[in-house]
Amino acid sequence: MELILTEDQELLAKTAADFVSEHSPVSRVRKLRDTKDPVGFSRELWKQMAELGWLGIPFPESVGGAGMGFAELAVVLEALGRTLAPEPFLSTVLLGGQVLELGGSEAQQKEWLSPLVNGDCILTAAYQEPRSRYELHRVATRAERSGDGWRLSGEKVQVLDGHVADGLVVVARTSGGEREAQGITLFLVRKGTPGLEITRQWRVDSRNAALVKLSRVAVGPSDVIGKVDEGGELFEKVVDRAIVGLSSEMLGSMEEAAASTFKYLKTRVQFGVPIGSFQALKHRAARMYIELELSRSAVMAAARAVDEDHPELPKLASLVKARCSDAGILIANEAVQMHGGVGMTDEYDVGFYLKRARVAEIMFGDASHHRERWARLSGY
Amino acid sequence: MAELETFRRETRDWLMKTAPPDIVGLPANDLEGNWGGRKASYAVPGMKTWLLHMAERGWTAPTWPKEYGGGALSPAEAKVLSQEMAKLRLPPPLIGFGLTMIGPTLLQYGNEEQKREHLGRICRGEIRWCQGYSEPGAGSDLASLQTKAVRDGDDYIITGTKIWTSYADKSDWIFALVRTDPGAKKQDGITFILIDMQTPGVSVRPILLISGKSPFCETHFENVRVPVRNVVHKINAGWTVAKALLGHERSMIADAFGGGGGGQRTARMSALASLACEKLGDADGRIADSVLRDRVALEDMDTRAFGLTVQRAKDSAKAGHRPGPESSIFKVYATELNMRRHELMMQTLGPSGVGWEGPGFNESDLETTRDWLRSRGNSIEGGTSEVQLNIIAKRVLGLPD
Repeated sequence: MELILTEDQELLAKTAADFVSEHSPVSRVRKLRDTKDPVGFSRELWKQMAELGWLGIPFPESVGGAGMGFAELAVVLEALGRTLAPEPFLSTVLLGGQVLELGGSEAQQKEWLSPLVNGDCILTAAYQEPRSRYELHRVATRAERSGDGWRLSGEKVQVLDGHVADGLVVVARTSGGEREAQGITLFLVRKGTPGLEITRQWRVDSRNAALVKLSRVAVGPSDVIGKVDEGGELFEKVVDRAIVGLSSEMLGSMEEAAASTFKYLKTRVQFGVPIGSFQALKHRAARMYIELELSRSAVMAAARAVDEDHPELPKLASLVKARCSDAGILIANEAVQMHGGVGMTDEYDVGFYLKRARVAEIMFGDASHHRERWARLSGY
Repeated sequence: MAELETFRRETRDWLMKTAPPDIVGLPANDLEGNWGGRKASYAVPGMKTWLLHMAERGWTAPTWPKEYGGGALSPAEAKVLSQEMAKLRLPPPLIGFGLTMIGPTLLQYGNEEQKREHLGRICRGEIRWCQGYSEPGAGSDLASLQTKAVRDGDDYIITGTKIWTSYADKSDWIFALVRTDPGAKKQDGITFILIDMQTPGVSVRPILLISGKSPFCETHFENVRVPVRNVVHKINAGWTVAKALLGHERSMIADAFGGGGGGQRTARMSALASLACEKLGDADGRIADSVLRDRVALEDMDTRAFGLTVQRAKDSAKAGHRPGPESSIFKVYATELNMRRHELMMQTLGPSGVGWEGPGFNESDLETTRDWLRSRGNSIEGGTSEVQLNIIAKRVLGLPD
């Protein structure tokens, strides 16, 4: 793999950067939060992103996608991360969309991916449970046979964009004990199905999340994704891809948090000089920069590993998530500290970056979870 | 392409015919490599013959011009030569600061007379060079150096002390920074000069490090008479020459510590992880201490991320882009990774890591301990980490002075 941007990717990065600075300032996120916007993001912008071809980047042309890859997707998500754009890429393109891309039948892909690419359908995955923490295979939600279909019962938490989703990929247990890797199956549950109860949740970053309660929700045989009992492995693959996407977004966010901090160091005057002239702050700023550069390399490598179907993808996914989790928190914390008192105010944007960094850190596992996974995958 | 393949075939034939059998497989490290010089000694007799033949062909400095003793090979040909040498497990015939530091500097800044006088002798391994930069009072603040050079006709009279002069006790000539204009702004009064260490008034004292061994020395100059024609570049313009050379030294250090790691690691487990498994492994082969396991994983992952960053810089250079700011992090991060690795090795060894010598300790553990002590110098030599961070803050982030 080559760790450089092609000319086309450079161009895409520029388009994305221009789009973000024109249409998506952080003030937009602030307004969505302050008004408790019922959707939680802008459907209009989402449609525009579809028209730019962004939603179709990782999908084949047969469903209207661009047939590009994660190297391109990473470039767009990094730009969106710079201003914390809350549009549902993670839930729709990376979770729901990738489940169907990797495991869906032709009919399922046609039904869901074409409208998804056009910006007409929000998908998500309901996988996290009150007790699962970061263990993807810890699934207590049960699917019981009922005629030629299934009945799903259980509780999912922090389901991204759950309250606006047209379809939810529900991870449920068809056999085995609560922590077994085998016996997990993925089901597509449509919005409005009786027994499906969705309640909006409020997290510190004010992005969309929801509690999902399933009480004997009926699912037909055509809405099983992939093979019965073998969904655990499929979902792990999807999460590795989602991690790469999320890490790209995190890279953009930490870049912006660092850049605004460096700017502040140059302009804020105390003791008659810009505070950026103090060595105590200079060295810490240089450390932030080092972490940023290493994170960028990891993001680029992991994205290319997806596109090349590289056997080391699981390790690189853990590498990039651990790295971006730690670097994201370090940079956000330092950003608040170096802004001083104003960094603590709601009026300044830096707090938004801190809050998002915390949520992104725990999503799909924090740094120590992924170091443990790396060690396991490396044989120690 | 066909020409390169012909070159490859001829090179391999020549190497196979010429290389003495007793040098095959000799390690190419600092300790065992051939540094040449007037005081050179040869534990392996074939090494001397090897140097002679390679130098005759200009292949001790394969890319240097022919008229100065080099091989005039193109970069592609030089790569083929080193590949073929590696395949046949042949060590380089000559290593040292002549080839890597002062030679390239003379090619860039030396006058014709200096190139003719010194480059050939470097290529033939006749003269070993060392570097005289730091002083007891001028470390990170190198430009404050005080070794003075006073003009006396066609000579300079040099008095002062240089410290951390690696291998000065084994070297024949030294390239040094001296103060020729004490009245000028500190960077502006410095001159880069070449000094024969046999000149009366030069004395060398080795420095013992905490690891118990060291290549470092202190070199004293007491009224040492050096011809003005030994000045490289212009008088009082030595800082320009020094900076060019120092940048080269830093990239060499970064390369030595992790640049080679690259994006593609072949070994599944690092040496650190293997050691930890061996010392603290459980029945499944995992590192039983979960805290240490986490630290080992962090170290391995950071090493990988660093390797990827080096690869990114190389890929970018290959594509014709100018070196980006990311390369400024190499020295500080590479050395710190190496130091962290040694710290973890020591934590892994536990009680068997505190041996100095003698019974009850095994050789490889003793070596790990000495290496740990030596590694503490990594963030000091070649520009301290603090200085590197200053450089990043100033040049990359544009923070004010």
